[in-house]
Amino acid sequence: MQKVTIKLGGITCPSCLQKIEGAMNQINGVASARVLFNASKLKAEIDPTQTTVQALADAVTKLGYQVESIKQQEVTK
Amino acid sequence: MISEKIEQHKYTAMVAGGIATLLGLLVSHWLMPMGQSLLIVGTVLAGTPIALNAFSALKVKVISIELLVTIAVVGAMIIGEYHEGAIVTFLFLFGDWLENKSLAKTRSAIEDLATALPTTVKTLDDAGQLQDTPVATIQVGATVQLATGTTAPVDGTVVDGQALLDESRVTGESTGRTKAVGDPIYSGSTVVNGRLLIKVTQTGDDTVYGQIIDLVEEAQDAESPVASFIQRFAKWYTPLVLLIAAAVGVFTGNVRLAITILVLGCPGALVIGAPVTNVVGIGTGARQGVLLKGGNVAAALTKIDTVVFDKTGTLTAGQTTVQSAHWFVSKHEQAQWLGLIADVEKQSNHPLGEALITFAKSHRAPVPATSATDLAVIPGQGLTANTAQGQVAIGNEQLLNAQGASTDHATHQLITALTHQGDSLVFIIHHQQLIALFTIADPLRPHARAALQQLRQQGVHQLIMLSGDTPAAAQKIGQQAGLDVARGGLLPADKAAVIKELQTAGHHVAFVGDGINDSPSLAQADVGIAMGSGTDVAMDTADVILMNNQLPTLNQLFTLAVKMTRNVQENIGIAVGTVALLLLGLLIGVVTMGSGMLVHEASILFVIGNALRLRRIFSKKKQSLTTVNFSTAQLADNNHEDH
Repeated sequence: MQKVTIKLGGITCPSCLQKIEGAMNQINGVASARVLFNASKLKAEIDPTQTTVQALADAVTKLGYQVESIKQQEVTK
Repeated sequence: MISEKIEQHKYTAMVAGGIATLLGLLVSHWLMPMGQSLLIVGTVLAGTPIALNAFSALKVKVISIELLVTIAVVGAMIIGEYHEGAIVTFLFLFGDWLENKSLAKTRSAIEDLATALPTTVKTLDDAGQLQDTPVATIQVGATVQLATGTTAPVDGTVVDGQALLDESRVTGESTGRTKAVGDPIYSGSTVVNGRLLIKVTQTGDDTVYGQIIDLVEEAQDAESPVASFIQRFAKWYTPLVLLIAAAVGVFTGNVRLAITILVLGCPGALVIGAPVTNVVGIGTGARQGVLLKGGNVAAALTKIDTVVFDKTGTLTAGQTTVQSAHWFVSKHEQAQWLGLIADVEKQSNHPLGEALITFAKSHRAPVPATSATDLAVIPGQGLTANTAQGQVAIGNEQLLNAQGASTDHATHQLITALTHQGDSLVFIIHHQQLIALFTIADPLRPHARAALQQLRQQGVHQLIMLSGDTPAAAQKIGQQAGLDVARGGLLPADKAAVIKELQTAGHHVAFVGDGINDSPSLAQADVGIAMGSGTDVAMDTADVILMNNQLPTLNQLFTLAVKMTRNVQENIGIAVGTVALLLLGLLIGVVTMGSGMLVHEASILFVIGNALRLRRIFSKKKQSLTTVNFSTAQLADNNHEDH
């Protein structure tokens, strides 16, 4: 499992959250995805054998939101 | 993709649409057809981003506010209300832009925290050379140099140098602290003066600072019961407005009325009211070293009528220190003796001995040339050792008597008086002569009494202390602090049981503890407040963490909670009031689509502005709430030897 944090460029509407979370859950290998509205961050747990953090970032861009920075961390669980 | 482009340039579309609308409104007076075309251009320009947004939300089965607006505007176009449609689209985007700007302000508190760390720092490589290194690549175990002005991007331990550090980002406390070899350094602290080499112990999200930011971010998004109710409400509310508007349109045949209802029904201020308060309140608290784990904690705090304290490490500093020293030798001999005592105690490992060693250090007592030998512990009394001066005995009053030391009447009276104070007494005996007498205690923290008195004014009726220490020691601290109840001899599980009893009796209980062995109580209490030593941020059981370890911060916490709760109520009042006013206006026929949208956007900005007031609650009271650096206060306490 990998913990990824994607900093998003300003999200303004609560419905954006649902949009982004919905899109993430459609990607294979995403165990959980959560958008922190106030922090403008997407936090997800992914299976690195099935998907990559870049795939998530691309999906975010495709929805029309900006990706400011990407962080990933191995989770030893 | 074209929709991305439009989303990115929606504010350009807003400006263009606004200009077209303005021109259209002006021209309509003289040249109707041209004015109308301009208004349509304006509507399409500003309306397209809104419609696209509504559509993409609909794709993930979300009925958004944008959808309400889109339908209303399309409706307005069909019935020929061109100017209403153009005004509504422009105002909606303009309001969105203003919200964006002001929401950014509500996030600024945490933004400051998050961007404070440098991205590169100097590290020591294998050859002992300083290299500029990106912080992201620094590993645990590396050596980092922190020069004056540098903010530590990692946690570490000092391996070389000495410096004055500003830890206010971590603890909220602005008084600088001196750090030397062996001391922990938290990321986020800035070197005010000096230079340090630190060995990295934690990096990135694992650092104390990283955890604070993480905790605050999570807390700001954690929904309070009020907020989550409104979120759920809004989820059904928006489709409901759509249904009502459709029903009104079908039954009355009045399309104009139906689309006006759509615009007026936007739940804007209601949805944003509670979350925006929590974001500002939690962010403001974090800057003062008060970490709330969510908006619901603030609401729970306002109901607290009983506060239960732990003793050691909470009401007291958790460190035994010499309270007073009484000498029976001439002044120029004292330093020599102190060095000798510290040398003996270094070999003993007794907790009271630690206090004497620290005391000797702070008085720069000289280390004796030859170390003491033949240390013998006398159980229940103290110890004896062979020193350069011959045999020295260090211990309690029983030891004093056992050694057959003679004391005059005045000394006897002094001992009786000091015994009544409740501190531990340590006697130094040499050749049946009393050399010195020290009183040692873990004293009440500075400002404790005042802070607790203020808690009573803040609505707490009952102050209780539960301690694992002896009942006598608990009683003494209880009296000094002005508590209602002080109980000693309790295990952690006993404390939790007492809290449960209080809750069963109908009290709302907050527990304040140091967090390490008090987890059961922190979890049992309605609000668990941990006095952090700066390292326990990740603690799950606490609802609140006070980073700076000072009791007056409790008062700040209660002030913040009251203000936040009141702010949420005000915001809900504003939102509900606005909707009520608009409906009334609609009934008597003075509200149109355009003016309705204007009032709505104004109410949203009003609610955000109201929440932003929370940022100033501490700056106003700074004078009365600023606290003294504890370490210096402690040193001052030690200078009592000339009684």
